[in-house]
Amino acid sequence: MSARPPGEARIGLRHGAGGPAMRGLVESLFAAGQREDAPDRIGLGALDDGALLRVGARWLVFTTDSHVVKPVFFPGGDIGRLAVSGTVNDLAMMGATEPLGLSCSVILEEGFEREALERIQASIDATCREAGTFVVTGDTKVMGRGELDGVVLNTAGIGFAERPVRDDGLRPGDRILVTGTLGDHGLAVMARRHDLGLGEELRSDVAPLNGLVRAALAAGGEAVVAMKDPTRGGVASALHEMAAKGGVGVLLQEAELPVRPAVRAAAELLGLDPLQVANEGKALLGVRPEAAKRVLEALQAHPLGRDARCIGVCTPERPGAVILDTGFGRRLVAEAEGELLPRIC
Amino acid sequence: MSASGLAPPADGEALRFRDPVRARALLRVLERATRPREADPVCLMHVCGSHEQAIARFGLRAALPKGLRVIAGPGCPVCVTDAPEVDEAVTLAERGLRVLTYGDMLRVPGSARSLADARAEGARVEVVYSVAQAVDAARACDEELVFFATGFETTAVATAAVLLGDPPPNFSVLSAHKYIPPVMEIVAEMPGTRIEGFLAAGHAATITGSAVFEPFVARHGVPVVVAGFEPLDVLAGLARLVELVRRGEPRVENAFPRCVTREGNRRAQERLWSVFEPAGGCWRGITRVPNGNLRLRPAFVRFDARRRFEAWLRDPARPAPSPLAQQCVCGDVMAGLASPSDCALFGRSCTPATPVGACMVSSEGTCRIWHQYGGHPDLGVSA
Repeated sequence: MSARPPGEARIGLRHGAGGPAMRGLVESLFAAGQREDAPDRIGLGALDDGALLRVGARWLVFTTDSHVVKPVFFPGGDIGRLAVSGTVNDLAMMGATEPLGLSCSVILEEGFEREALERIQASIDATCREAGTFVVTGDTKVMGRGELDGVVLNTAGIGFAERPVRDDGLRPGDRILVTGTLGDHGLAVMARRHDLGLGEELRSDVAPLNGLVRAALAAGGEAVVAMKDPTRGGVASALHEMAAKGGVGVLLQEAELPVRPAVRAAAELLGLDPLQVANEGKALLGVRPEAAKRVLEALQAHPLGRDARCIGVCTPERPGAVILDTGFGRRLVAEAEGELLPRIC
Repeated sequence: MSASGLAPPADGEALRFRDPVRARALLRVLERATRPREADPVCLMHVCGSHEQAIARFGLRAALPKGLRVIAGPGCPVCVTDAPEVDEAVTLAERGLRVLTYGDMLRVPGSARSLADARAEGARVEVVYSVAQAVDAARACDEELVFFATGFETTAVATAAVLLGDPPPNFSVLSAHKYIPPVMEIVAEMPGTRIEGFLAAGHAATITGSAVFEPFVARHGVPVVVAGFEPLDVLAGLARLVELVRRGEPRVENAFPRCVTREGNRRAQERLWSVFEPAGGCWRGITRVPNGNLRLRPAFVRFDARRRFEAWLRDPARPAPSPLAQQCVCGDVMAGLASPSDCALFGRSCTPATPVGACMVSSEGTCRIWHQYGGHPDLGVSA
């Protein structure tokens, strides 16, 4: 029997943090026996935001996402809005901007307040209306007190993509666009979870992005070559994956990174890098250089894309690396390893 | 393209100390001053994780001239917390006590396991953002709660303040606090040391005052400059230090006068020393540092977890360090005698996901920072 290194014998929080540990678990375990990608199927092995299944002449996108968040209600959103947006956005990142329908499974802890559940459902309903979709099937389970922390939601969704967009399409020269400010969700939740009293300016950005992405695809067409939503692990993890899969380096300009002053201040206070903090209402787009301006203007014309920016460019050098030009010098941008932990000094 | 009101900070303060134009001017000063030393670079050491963080975060190391080496010394409190100290915290957690600590202590390896490992196996280990939060948690329950206290004089003052504020009886402190000035003596006296000047930590000096370094400078004839943490603070501090080295003037200078005075914060010092007293102790990978640890004074012994749980901590199991750990050169890295890239384990068996030495654990650890940002990155220059 091969000895596992200490700390690998059990699952740790890092295995769910969206970084290398999680990818390792998916690749070595979950996807290991499910690798038979075929011309009409792009599945788990691709580690994209969702699967692509050919149905007749069209591509059906299928994705699923489980949601746990503490607290369940946070500034700017709640677990219901998160669950709908998460799945709608994963579909949109593959090019399916008109979801056909969602499933929603609810797992509750005995004793969960009915009133809170009603608020969550109202939020699910409102977010579905915003995204132009419906929950069409679901499931309910209740577990004993202490067997679960409050509520877990799982959503899945399907939609057709006229032109599937993958996360591996970057080429040297492509521009990297982000649809708005970075780090809002992660810092808002962290500040509320730990009662940091950092003021009400920290609000989650959680939102369904399918309308915004539809506008970008309409403006850019074939020139939009890669998309990913920078959720857990933040922009750093998402760009690392896109750079590695595309075989390019990414050079970011720090001066162009849109970060709200309150988020910047809170991140500095906690010793966190906004590039590594989760977003729930933002997308990264890789766009051919000649279309970058056009797509950026289309994003900025949409209410959810007003703060969109071109933040970087793909280079042939250092494939897989993400480099930040700070204006002082350049450094590598690392992926967060495990849960984000604040520094002590 | 940056049309909306996002980019410029409201007060201009951040801009003032993060102005790339002024940074480039300071880099030119450093380049001119160290040009004659390109074959034999001026070696300066900072003793603060936050300085390393600033240097790495802003990409300064890639911009420093060839004639200047800036070495990260034993300035990361998380890294220098010794494995047996982590073992004590792990033991208490495994005994079923609630152990609260700062976030970056979780993954620090003890002799056999870290607090994160203990937590994965069911121990109650919780992250707090301040010692005050730990006291609040103790007030809200009636079970025993231990705060694993790490950090230098800056965080030790906060621990002292809560102990002076009459915490509840179920609260106790496992102190692994450390005191920086004594370890500078150790580094300065190391055989073969090449350090020509020290950049001292501005936040610690806010409390201790810059005068705390005067006896050190008198004894060792090496200049000390106190510097802040914005990129321009760091560069200005380095420029002063290079100038003192060049002129052969060993003295203490304060390059962070907007926060630091010669005397420091007397009230904070009184609190610190009324609760803690210096004691000899081991720093991970360095050696025994006389007066380098801060332990609770007898008047506060009732809050001392080492006393309260003496029976559990008396005979800790001390598994032999793994063969990998024996190859780790963290001690030499922190003493400025080796670079992370000199270590056979660096980036191979020792990564942030599976750290061998403590320098790979904390975001302030030299190895972690080199792994994360590159040490002397050849990433091209800023446009």
